[in-house]
Amino acid sequence: MTTQIQMNAVTQPRQRGLTLILILGLISVGLLAPLVVYPVFLMKFLCFALFACAFNLMLGFVGMLSFGHAAFLATGGYITGYAMTHFGLTPELGVLVGTLASAILGFVFGKLSVKREGIYFAMVTLALAQLVFFFYLQADFTGGENGMQGIPRGELFGLIDLNDNLNMYYFVLAVFLLGFFVVYRTVHSPFGQVLKAIRENEPRAVSLGYSVGNYKLLAFVISAALAGMAGSTKALVFELESLTDAHWHMSGEVVLMTLLGGMGTLFGPVVGAAIVIAISTLFSGGELGNYIHIIMGAIFVMCVLSFRRGVVGEFQRVMARNFSASRVGK
Amino acid sequence: MVTFMGINLFALLGQLLVGLINGSFYALLALGLAIIFGLLRIINFAQGALYMLGAFLAWLALHHLGVNYWLALVLVPLAVAAIGMLIERWLVRPIAGQDHLYSLLLTFGIALILQGTFSHLFGSSGQSYPIPDALKGGYNLGFMYLPVYRAWIILVSLLVCAASWWVIEKTRLGAYLRAGTENPALLQAFGVNVPLMITLTFGFGVGLAGLAGVLAAPVYSVSPDMGANILIVVFAIVVIGGMGSIGGAILTGLMMGIIEGLTKYFYPEASTTVIFMVMVLVLLVKPSGLFGKEA
Repeated sequence: MTTQIQMNAVTQPRQRGLTLILILGLISVGLLAPLVVYPVFLMKFLCFALFACAFNLMLGFVGMLSFGHAAFLATGGYITGYAMTHFGLTPELGVLVGTLASAILGFVFGKLSVKREGIYFAMVTLALAQLVFFFYLQADFTGGENGMQGIPRGELFGLIDLNDNLNMYYFVLAVFLLGFFVVYRTVHSPFGQVLKAIRENEPRAVSLGYSVGNYKLLAFVISAALAGMAGSTKALVFELESLTDAHWHMSGEVVLMTLLGGMGTLFGPVVGAAIVIAISTLFSGGELGNYIHIIMGAIFVMCVLSFRRGVVGEFQRVMARNFSASRVGK
Repeated sequence: MVTFMGINLFALLGQLLVGLINGSFYALLALGLAIIFGLLRIINFAQGALYMLGAFLAWLALHHLGVNYWLALVLVPLAVAAIGMLIERWLVRPIAGQDHLYSLLLTFGIALILQGTFSHLFGSSGQSYPIPDALKGGYNLGFMYLPVYRAWIILVSLLVCAASWWVIEKTRLGAYLRAGTENPALLQAFGVNVPLMITLTFGFGVGLAGLAGVLAAPVYSVSPDMGANILIVVFAIVVIGGMGSIGGAILTGLMMGIIEGLTKYFYPEASTTVIFMVMVLVLLVKPSGLFGKEA
């Protein structure tokens, strides 16, 4: 991997303190948000934000562009949906099953693809995801084009009724925070440091004795599992899982969220997801719905040409230049 | 009904023919991708959208300007090539120094814009393009019926692929191209205008997609998402063949079309996925691809 895909992650102690304060602030916002905003919209946003954070773990911190993450989102959704409908699992177990299924699929994808470089990796993951798409299109249990409908939300721990949107919202928030915490811990662990070393200079990481392939594979499995967790949760929220989630458009959309928000930053994917979800909600229905792909494409082109750091990356750079003597960003 | 060991030969040959036609399109698109990759080291994600654009331009030219098929067969690839050269010059070149993943994302964005625009203008239902009079009808070969237009597709595709291979591997111009692939800086030092060569190469690569689009218009329905689906298959083919050689891209394209056709006969449920499964197999056995040189 060459070195241009890199935004400095938050590593300095002082900045880490700031990050924690920011996280606590955002959690309180998250707790109060449903009083102001429609909970279903918030839940949709949180699911996609988690999806984008999971994806960013690969692109931002290992420097590998997966074009097949839709497969994990859909697998989480379908497996959870199937388990909830047929085995009557409680929602937390249902999400767990979906997450595990995605992790296993991630292991298979990873085994086949992590040895491939850059563009090849993108093509291999895209093709594998298309294979999964056709499988879900033809398999009986997914309902094909109609999708899997009427997935029960169930009762959390057998106690709390999730059919209440507010209860469901706090469940989704908890899942999101758990996922975000996993990403945070991964990035700030010694394991995460090795990932960044691989991103910056793979041959050197190899020469230092790290088995780069295994590091990439583990990162990919974590990323896939979290993407699956997002899909599982989303299936419960909408009580529906459809082929839209498995389509390559979805893989493209998560790239856009991450790129727009700022790849390789912790909060970038969250911001990117918020913007993309807001745009698509704004344009869905109505005449402007036709323009959505044109707009997404235009944002893609614009980001690549002149906004490669994304919203959060650009913000960090400005902050670092103006308020800190320490060197952050490039 | 001629059968052999329980196999219906007519149906099998029919599917083989369909496979060979699909293979012709795979070969043309994979060839375009390989040529562009060779010199620019980027994968053109918009190749499928430009193939769709070729089909639509032919259709628009016929219905609004009265341009017939034969003229379209020449003009449309040139038009698509011109659009491609503009894309290379104004969008791809400014980020040439950046990570190659950015150019992949850039071309993906361009593909979304093109596809979105045509969906908006024409809806997602397909338009039909009539087969030109001279290519109507078919030959009865005794053992099967061969429609003329299908034979024509295979003929044109094979000729264009062979000619491209010959130019790149056997001529002086091709030698420049291959030198540019190895070491662009040194080639430029010898007085070759490398940036211009890159632009022309990009134009030629996407022009092939435009040509494939015109050829496809009378047999497939002309629809906005015709490019996206075929492109992902072509990506799998590129992975199977490896990016090492021009000839490899062509051969793999044809071969995968035939394998797809055979699958349609023997086990139709798997016909959409068989190429991806072959890709998985190749990745397990020979990760650099059948003709790949990359380690």
